[in-house]
Amino acid sequence: MIRILVSREPIDPAAEMAALEQGGAVATFTGLVRADDGVATLELEHYPGATEAALTRLAEDATARWPLAAATIVHRVGPMTAGERIVFVGTCSAHRQAALEACAFLIDRLKTDAPFWKRETVGEKTRWVEARAADDDAAARWR
Amino acid sequence: MKLLYFAWVRERIGLPEEDVTPPAHVATVADLIAWLTPRSPGHAVAFVDPARLRAAVDQAFVALDAPIGEAHEVAIFPPVTGG
Repeated sequence: MIRILVSREPIDPAAEMAALEQGGAVATFTGLVRADDGVATLELEHYPGATEAALTRLAEDATARWPLAAATIVHRVGPMTAGERIVFVGTCSAHRQAALEACAFLIDRLKTDAPFWKRETVGEKTRWVEARAADDDAAARWR
Repeated sequence: MKLLYFAWVRERIGLPEEDVTPPAHVATVADLIAWLTPRSPGHAVAFVDPARLRAAVDQAFVALDAPIGEAHEVAIFPPVTGG
């Protein structure tokens, strides 16, 4: 019922959502690469092994806090372009409140608790994306 | 002890990983960073501001004042930016 995948392959949200249908309510979040400030490509680096372990721990935390029938976290790594899917998070529970809250919990905490790093390319220049205080605040509300 | 570096820490040091044997007085992650800083000009640039660094000991996220003990693997990296 917990599914964790870190992959260089494109994310298939329809297949992921269908696999989550194990109860009365499914909630999902899909993050796309934004074209902010002319960002053309994004490269995602991660810490193999530790990343999967961190995501598994997050999903286990969610299933301990809410009565979930299923929880899925899929995160893409490697190079991708603006508009492509970078992350998919989904939860299934008997009722909507648990599914919606757990889904928000997973994406908020993923941003601060999982070892991924984004590098943007704008024109000829590349830069590492800075962590945002707003993401820390969003994660902190679940502690 | 195996050290892993990620993102701009890796780029500044110019290595994804290295093996080191710190002396006994290196007790915490912060001690380890201070001990590594003079190792090369790249290390010095990567570690110039430890407040911008995060770490994991044997793949568990820790604060910089955490002990390294008998750790096999210590990772040093910038704040994470996934999602």
